[in-house]
Amino acid sequence: MSRLELNEIPHLEEIGSIGDVFDAARIRKNYKTLAERQATDNKIVPSLEEAVRLSGLKDGMTISFHHHFRNGDHIVNMVLDKLAEMGFRDLTLAASSLTTVHEPLIRHIRDGVIRRIETSGLRGPLAEAVSRGLMEVPVVFRSHGGRAYAVESGKLKIDVAFLGAPSCDPYGNANGYSRDNDDGVRCGSMGYAKLDAQYADKVIILTDNIVPYPNAPFGIPESDVDYIVKVDQIGDPEGIMSGATRFTKNPKELLIAETAAKVIEASGRFEDGFSMQMGSGGASLATARFLREKMLKKKITASFALGGITGSIVDLYNEGLVKKILDVQSFDLKAAQSLKDNRFHQQISASYYASPGNKGTAVNQLDVVVLSALEIDVDFNVNVLTGSDGVIRGAVGGHQDTAFGASVSIVVAPLTRGRIQTVVDRVNTVVTPGRTVDVLVTDQGVAVNPIRRDLIERFRGTELPVCTIEELRDKAEHLVGKADPIPYLDRVVGIVTYRDGSVIDLIRQVKED
Amino acid sequence: MFVPGNNPGMIRDAYIYGSDCIMFDLEDSVSVDQKDSARFLVYEALRTIDYGDKELIVRVNAPDTKTGVDDLEAMVRTRKVAIRLPKTETAADVLGCEKQIERIERENGIPVGSTRMMAAIESAKGVLNAEKIALSSKRLIGIALGAEDYVTDLKTNRSPEGIELLFARSMILLAARSAGIDAIDTVYSDVNNEEGLRKEARLIKQLGFDGKSVINPRQIKPICEIYTPTEKEIEKSQAVMDAIEQAHKKGSGVIALNGKMIDKPIVERAQRVLDLAKAAGVLGEGEDQA
Repeated sequence: MSRLELNEIPHLEEIGSIGDVFDAARIRKNYKTLAERQATDNKIVPSLEEAVRLSGLKDGMTISFHHHFRNGDHIVNMVLDKLAEMGFRDLTLAASSLTTVHEPLIRHIRDGVIRRIETSGLRGPLAEAVSRGLMEVPVVFRSHGGRAYAVESGKLKIDVAFLGAPSCDPYGNANGYSRDNDDGVRCGSMGYAKLDAQYADKVIILTDNIVPYPNAPFGIPESDVDYIVKVDQIGDPEGIMSGATRFTKNPKELLIAETAAKVIEASGRFEDGFSMQMGSGGASLATARFLREKMLKKKITASFALGGITGSIVDLYNEGLVKKILDVQSFDLKAAQSLKDNRFHQQISASYYASPGNKGTAVNQLDVVVLSALEIDVDFNVNVLTGSDGVIRGAVGGHQDTAFGASVSIVVAPLTRGRIQTVVDRVNTVVTPGRTVDVLVTDQGVAVNPIRRDLIERFRGTELPVCTIEELRDKAEHLVGKADPIPYLDRVVGIVTYRDGSVIDLIRQVKED
Repeated sequence: MFVPGNNPGMIRDAYIYGSDCIMFDLEDSVSVDQKDSARFLVYEALRTIDYGDKELIVRVNAPDTKTGVDDLEAMVRTRKVAIRLPKTETAADVLGCEKQIERIERENGIPVGSTRMMAAIESAKGVLNAEKIALSSKRLIGIALGAEDYVTDLKTNRSPEGIELLFARSMILLAARSAGIDAIDTVYSDVNNEEGLRKEARLIKQLGFDGKSVINPRQIKPICEIYTPTEKEIEKSQAVMDAIEQAHKKGSGVIALNGKMIDKPIVERAQRVLDLAKAAGVLGEGEDQA
């Protein structure tokens, strides 16, 4: 070995990127076996409390959660109970979505543990309470893509992410299913959690199932994970997903779905290699079934299906009618099982799915998307967030993102629901702007956004029952009568953001009877 | 399609599912304590909702009861519906109902005879009297089989093959044909068995029935598909009609197609195929016969 004098290196100051001279004495090699290491040198901490302490969480910080466990989720309530017990205050809760099971948060908001909420959706008693003025600071609603963008761009900085995982190894490789046993909780894709794991300052995985290293394939890599806590239960399998999303028998939904499939066929996008996304509503799901018949008949296959994935899409994949699946969220066990079994069923993050600010977004490669709506107005603006009583009862989800990204966005909705008009003059809450909504399919006619002259032209001469959206509104009004405006107070309780972060509408407090 | 008269959701948009006819039911699907509200609901719906070109029928309660008469009073006044008479057993049943209808027409300045009728035959006695029933009134546009009550009356039940209904079906069909009115087959009750429905629809089409009642919108498409002529049938029928036109132009008396003589029954069958095709929307206006 030659002399080792760093100052003999020419242009040392220019190279800069090297350390000092190597010293073997500094090396501490670990002689333990893999088994020993997994047992002792790992990221598992004995309790949630300990993990919180290690994470450095402080009052006023932002914590995040994913909603892959839907209404079976135990994580949010478990963690918030613990944080309340530990005396935390003024936290911002940035969940990818919240739902009925999260009712206990009302108490934590009243007690000052939670000061702010950011979410895609709210349902149930928590949503009711927010609409009636529970929170001092309005809730910020973001689409899945909008949230990803806010997190990536630093506008929504996550201090500590608490992420439930159906399986995790001692180093943090986590996934929505387990390679070896499927007895416990499964959620399939971990798409929303992947984003939080990547960007949060500290990441705590909560799991009931610690599996041997390496838990491959993984949704979340160990490089993103700080601490692991083993808990008794991360969720209730019943509430997380059903065996297979029920195929609707509702004749009206079937009629709408059949028409939607005809719209897709006539849209000029129904060519070999096309791409699609179907929402999880009854009619949008059934559209996949009707599309299947047309695909078989015309010998057309889709290059990929995107989004929240259901068993209907998996059926198409298994028949070779869909070549690949990009899955941000698995809606049923059939989808979760397929993610595990099928090589071309790929788990993707919320950012990959829908962020408007990353280097490539899957929604931008969509030919057609089929979406649902609570309300749609004559300017094609869609509300998926507030009900006819003005109370929050929905989620933005990927609605804005896919409506923008898809070449043809189709909204399916019954003309009326009970005595409620679906097609209205002005939606209660604008969530998805009409500029990005191309076709409305109802049980009583199809309306095309006037800015899509190409589609109007294509549908001419087909058997599609095309009419104007004003005609549909009039028909609905004639059938069920025009509803009185919802009595609101001036106070803002919710801010609806568009996917780029701009404010598209405000939700106000509903007036009590 | 049967629409329960006490189901506002169904009444509101019964016209969207593609049935040829909507039959509002005030009889068996409405419980006794809801008879009045159902009658009111159907009456108001008929006054308010535009059902387009659908044929509208109301199944009333037995016209020899107060409820039945009240049903007739309301429904005849709408001037929009035909009256379906339930459990018809004799020609006198039809005439009794007709008498009430005529009275209501006169009292309300409605042209006498403008309210059409349909009779449902649902018993052994009714089946044996089918011919007399079919010929009893000029108001009748069709007779129908109601199988559930009929099989009970026979002391049997409905089988997948429907052998127990064959005689009644044949009787009703012959009666309808001899009176020159429509023959409508009974409902298929197992809503979730599409294959069974298709099988039965193929059978009754082959027997000669003009159509079939349904209790769920999901049953409409399979029946329409079975009743829609195939492309081959349409082509063949078109060729028959073309040959006739050619022959007429030439003034030729004997008409032949592909070396086969075309006689009157062949022409009538061809015309029926084309009528069905047109009704099913598979025959463009351009191809329509003059």
